[in-house]
Amino acid sequence: MKHTITMTINGAPVTAEVDSRLLLVHFIRENLDLTGTHIGCDTSNCGACTILLDGKSIKSCTYLAVRADGAEITTIEGLAPEGTNHPLQQAFHDQHGLHCGFCTPGMILRSVDLLKNNPNPTEEEIRWGISGNLCRCTGYNNIVKSVQQAAKEMQNESESV
Amino acid sequence: MIPANFTYHKATSVKEAIALAETHGEEAKYMSGGHSLLPMMKLRFATPEHIIDISKIEGLSYIKEEGDVLKIGALTTQTEMEHNANIKENYPIFSDAIKLTADPSVRNVGTIGGNIAHGDAANDQPALMLAMRATVVAEGTDGQKTIPIDEFFQGFYMTALEPSDVLVEIQVPKAKKGSGGAYNKVERKVGDYATAGVAVHLALNSDGVCQEVGIALTNVSAVPMRLDRGEELLLGKKITDDLIEQVGVMASEDCEPTSDLRGSEAYKRSIVNTITKRMIRLALERAQH
Repeated sequence: MKHTITMTINGAPVTAEVDSRLLLVHFIRENLDLTGTHIGCDTSNCGACTILLDGKSIKSCTYLAVRADGAEITTIEGLAPEGTNHPLQQAFHDQHGLHCGFCTPGMILRSVDLLKNNPNPTEEEIRWGISGNLCRCTGYNNIVKSVQQAAKEMQNESESV
Repeated sequence: MIPANFTYHKATSVKEAIALAETHGEEAKYMSGGHSLLPMMKLRFATPEHIIDISKIEGLSYIKEEGDVLKIGALTTQTEMEHNANIKENYPIFSDAIKLTADPSVRNVGTIGGNIAHGDAANDQPALMLAMRATVVAEGTDGQKTIPIDEFFQGFYMTALEPSDVLVEIQVPKAKKGSGGAYNKVERKVGDYATAGVAVHLALNSDGVCQEVGIALTNVSAVPMRLDRGEELLLGKKITDDLIEQVGVMASEDCEPTSDLRGSEAYKRSIVNTITKRMIRLALERAQH
């Protein structure tokens, strides 16, 4: 059975016909060609498919596309205007927060949600905060440093506004 | 992995959900957060023909105290509970459990009602509910009904809910002076289901005598279980180290774990003993504060 869904993806409205069983991650990757959202474990463990749905990080491999009707979605492609980096993207670059990069989009979108709720997290809070996102390269230390750098910069930004 | 074919229905009210469930009978399943059900569907452990999405129903997401009870709307997400000021301040047992349940992105979607209605003894909330002697409020074709938690869990993924019943609210006793609770579990890695977990709720009178006690275990039985013998031992007494030691032993004897990837039966019995003692001590400390 087909359902008509309408949502906003990275600021642009999208309308599509989807099957009941289509997963949101497949819709994003295959229907919209936004392949920055990755599929890792496909069992809601690894967090590679993390996106923001109405501002909250979710695992898009465990969410039906049809349930996202009416939602506002942000993927890694829409986090910052073309040609610019979000403070988290810049921090992952500066701090070598990635090696192969497979987990990075999910790590960054999860961290956006984390810093929104807790702008100045401790190292422990960062580690708990990204506990649903697995990295198999870095050993996490540089990821934690990246989130710390971004937290600092985002706080400076919000203070100077 | 893609679930088997099914038809999706969105319910905008509890009444509409019940009507849809009545129409589609045994082949329909409600979905709230979907973080237990959808993984099972992807693995083809569950193949419902109809999914009734109840997550968009308005008015079922709240945390409020009324009279002697704390009422939690069934669609309240674990994240909403985690960030709720009253829960953080007065119900540390929830904060203990939620921090250890899956991970933040899953908790953004997973609901308290779903965690209980799923009827899985591996989930964390059932033990808390047993320890606090919660009441489940469900709405069905005959209107609302209340189900005491001791009648709720009936078997492996089986609860007292009829197929068309919607779990709408959880009620637990309001925190009061002299009461306290605690939860912990051993997990192989962060976010895993419990190898074993223990929830303890206590209420003491002004002389320190135990007036209420609930002790319940996670993932060491087919059905979420209450430690009856341990509760009987502590009720009406001042809780001493000696009594705590005895309850730990009772927990290890009375639980019904099976050997699996998370550990052998003997290992699980051993850690149940340790976690039980630690959680009684922590609940006691909190109750005395």
